[in-house]
Amino acid sequence: MADVTREQESTLADSFEDILTALPVIREASQSAREILLANLVMIGEIPSPTFEESHRVEFIQNRFVEAGLHNSSADEMGNALGILPGNSGEQNILVVAHVDTVHAATVDHTITLQPQSAIGPGVGDNALGVAVMVTLPILLELLNIELESNLVLMGASRSLGRGDLEGLRFFLSNSEIPISVGIGIEGFPLGRLSYSSIGMYRGEIVCSVPEEYDWTRFGATGAIVTINEVINHIQEIRLPRRPRSSIVLGSIMGGQAYNTIATNAVLRFEIRTESEQVGKEIFHQMEAIISEVSSQTGADISLDVFARRSPGGISYQHPLARAARRIMSTLDIQPRKSPSTSELSAFISHQIPAITIGITYGEHQNTPEEEVAIEPVFTGLAQLIGILLAVDRGFCGAD
Amino acid sequence: MQIDSWLTTNTFHHSNFWDLNALVQEKHKRKLKISLCIPTLNEEKTIGKEIVIFTSELMQRYPLLDEIAVIDSDSSDQTRQVAAAFGAQVYLSRDILPGYGEQRGKGENLWKAIYQLNGDIIIYIDADIKNIHPRFVYGLVAPLIFRPEIQYVKAFYDRPLASSQGIRPSGGGRVTEILIRPLFSLFFPELTALIQPLSGEYAVRRQVLEKIPFPIGYGVETSHLIDVYHRWGLGAIAQTDLDRRVHRNQHTRDLGKMAFGILQTFLKRVEALGVLGNLPELSTTLRQFQVNNNVFEEIPLNIPEEERPPMIEIPEYREKFEIS
Repeated sequence: MADVTREQESTLADSFEDILTALPVIREASQSAREILLANLVMIGEIPSPTFEESHRVEFIQNRFVEAGLHNSSADEMGNALGILPGNSGEQNILVVAHVDTVHAATVDHTITLQPQSAIGPGVGDNALGVAVMVTLPILLELLNIELESNLVLMGASRSLGRGDLEGLRFFLSNSEIPISVGIGIEGFPLGRLSYSSIGMYRGEIVCSVPEEYDWTRFGATGAIVTINEVINHIQEIRLPRRPRSSIVLGSIMGGQAYNTIATNAVLRFEIRTESEQVGKEIFHQMEAIISEVSSQTGADISLDVFARRSPGGISYQHPLARAARRIMSTLDIQPRKSPSTSELSAFISHQIPAITIGITYGEHQNTPEEEVAIEPVFTGLAQLIGILLAVDRGFCGAD
Repeated sequence: MQIDSWLTTNTFHHSNFWDLNALVQEKHKRKLKISLCIPTLNEEKTIGKEIVIFTSELMQRYPLLDEIAVIDSDSSDQTRQVAAAFGAQVYLSRDILPGYGEQRGKGENLWKAIYQLNGDIIIYIDADIKNIHPRFVYGLVAPLIFRPEIQYVKAFYDRPLASSQGIRPSGGGRVTEILIRPLFSLFFPELTALIQPLSGEYAVRRQVLEKIPFPIGYGVETSHLIDVYHRWGLGAIAQTDLDRRVHRNQHTRDLGKMAFGILQTFLKRVEALGVLGNLPELSTTLRQFQVNNNVFEEIPLNIPEEERPPMIEIPEYREKFEIS
C-alpha cells in the first residue's frame, strides 16, 4: 500500500503544486484507514440522533476524541462534541465540523448493512459518514505522517437541522474563545459538493386550527386541510423574480385524523430561499398577508411560525479557499458542483469566517431508511479533505 | 459451589472490562493467542459489519484478536465474498478435515474451528447480530484472560428496554424457560445459574474445547455446559452480561425443532454420564401438524442429532498441534 513518506510530507509545505502532486498518493494511503473509518461509520450511524436528542452520539464521539488523545475533549452546554488536535505552531485554528443530528426518529431501526461496495441505512450519508470522517481524521493524519502547523478543532455539531437552526455551531462561534481562521463543513454526500456561499432562507410552519365550535355554514367548512390548501393556492400566486434567484419550497404537509372526520388541524412546512435579503423579506411579508386574508375569510386560526432564518452571503468564487478547493477537486477528477447552502456555512458567514462545505462520497435515497453511500469514492473524498486542510494549513487560502 | 457465591464471583458485565489497553497488556503478559470464529450460513447482510468492527476495534486499534475466521456451511448468498472483501479468513466447513465427511449444522463449524484456528482461546460469535459491538468479544474473553481457573464464558443479555427500580424477572428465551431451565432444575440444579444457557456467543480455552464432544445440531450449547460442568465444575464456567442483542425472531414452530434437537442431546448426555438409566432408542422424528383445506396433516421432520468426537481424538489434530 502506498504511504506518504516523511520526505514527501516535508515537501508538502513548499508549494500548492506539491500538495496537488501528493493527492493521488494520499488517496491511496487513505485506504489504510478503511476498517477504522467503516467501523466508525457503522457505530455512529447505529446510534439514533434526532435533532435535540444527540447526546448518545455525542458521547461516542467524545470517547473517540479521548482515545485519539485530542486536547480539551468535551461536550459544551449546547451538546456539541469538541476536541482539539494541536498543531506544531498553533498560529491558526481550523474548524472541521460535521452535524451529528439526523431527520430520523429514535424509534426508526438504525441498523446499517455493510456491503463490499456500499453502506446502507437511515442517515448513513446524512450525516453518519461526515461525522465518521471527522472522528477518523486524527488517525488518518497520523497514518499519513502528516503534521499540521495549525490547531485542528474538531466538532460534532448538535441541533443543526430543522428547528435546531444551527444552534450548536452558532453557540460555539459566539461563545468560544478560540478564534477560528477557516471553517470546513463535512457532509457525507455528494462528492463534488462545494458550497462557499449561503442563500438567504426563512424556514417555518403554517399551522391551521379549526375551532371546535366552528360555524360549518361558512366558506371553508370542510376544515383545516381545505383551508391550508387555500393558503397554498395563494402562495403559488406569489410572483418570484428570476434574478436574484428565489424559490418557495413546500416541503411537507400533515393534517387530519381519519377518513371520515373533518380535519381540525393541518401543518404546512416551507422554506423561502433567495439570493437577496430584500426579496426574502418581501416574500415573507406576502405570506403574512395571505395568512391574514385566508384566516379572516374562513374563521380558522392560522399561524405563521418562522424558526430559522439565514442571511445570504459567503466568500466569492475567486476567494483563495474556493479556488484551492476547486483545483484540488479537479486534480482528483471530482467534478465540482457549486451549490449554495443553507447548512453550517451561514453560521460561519455571520461571524465573517471564510468557510466551505464539501461532500465525501456518492449516495442516493437521502433521508429514507434505504439511504446508501458508495465506499470506494470515500477515499477520493478523504484525499480532497486532506488536500484542502493542507492548503489552508500551509497558507495557500489567505484573504481574498 | 453455591449458586449465590457463583453469581457473585463468576457473573460479569462487559463494562467491567472497558479498559482494553489493560486487557491487551494482560493478554501479552500471559502469552495468549486469541481466535474469533464466526460460523455462517447465508448471513450476507450482517457479516460485513461484524468483520469490519472487530478488525478495526480489536485488531488494529487494540490488538486483542490474533485471527478472525468465518467458517461457512455452503451459503448460497454472498456471505463468503462479503466476509473476504472485508479481510476475514474465510473457510468452507467441508474443506476442513475433508476425510471426516460433511455434517450440516452449526456445531460442525464450531468443531472444525478447533482444528483450523490457532488460538489458545476461541471465541464463537453468531453472524446474525444486528447491533454488533466490540463488547461481544472483549466481554467474553476478558474473564479468561484475567482468571486462569475459568475455562468457559457464556454470554447473556439482560438490558431491559424499560424497567423501574427494584425486582424484575430475568432469564432466557422461550426454549430456555420452558425446556432447559426445568431440565437443569431436575438434573443439574447448579447450571440453572446460567441466565441464558442457549446463547450462541461464548469464549472457551482450547484445552477444554478439544476434550469435549460436539453435537452438530441444536444441542451443542447444552451439551457443552453439561460436559464442562461435569469435568471441571461450576467454578470453571462464567457468564458475562452483554446488554442487548438484536437478532431475528424465530417462529414457534422453529423453536419446536430446536427443543426437539436439544432434548435428544440432553437425554444422551444424562444417559452417558449415568445420571439416568438406560433409555430406549430415541426417535429422531419430530411430528408437527398443518391444516390443508380443513384436513389435518402430519409433517414428520427428521432431526438427527449427530455428534463429533472430542477433537483431541482426531489424529490430524494431534499432529497439527504436536500432541503426543
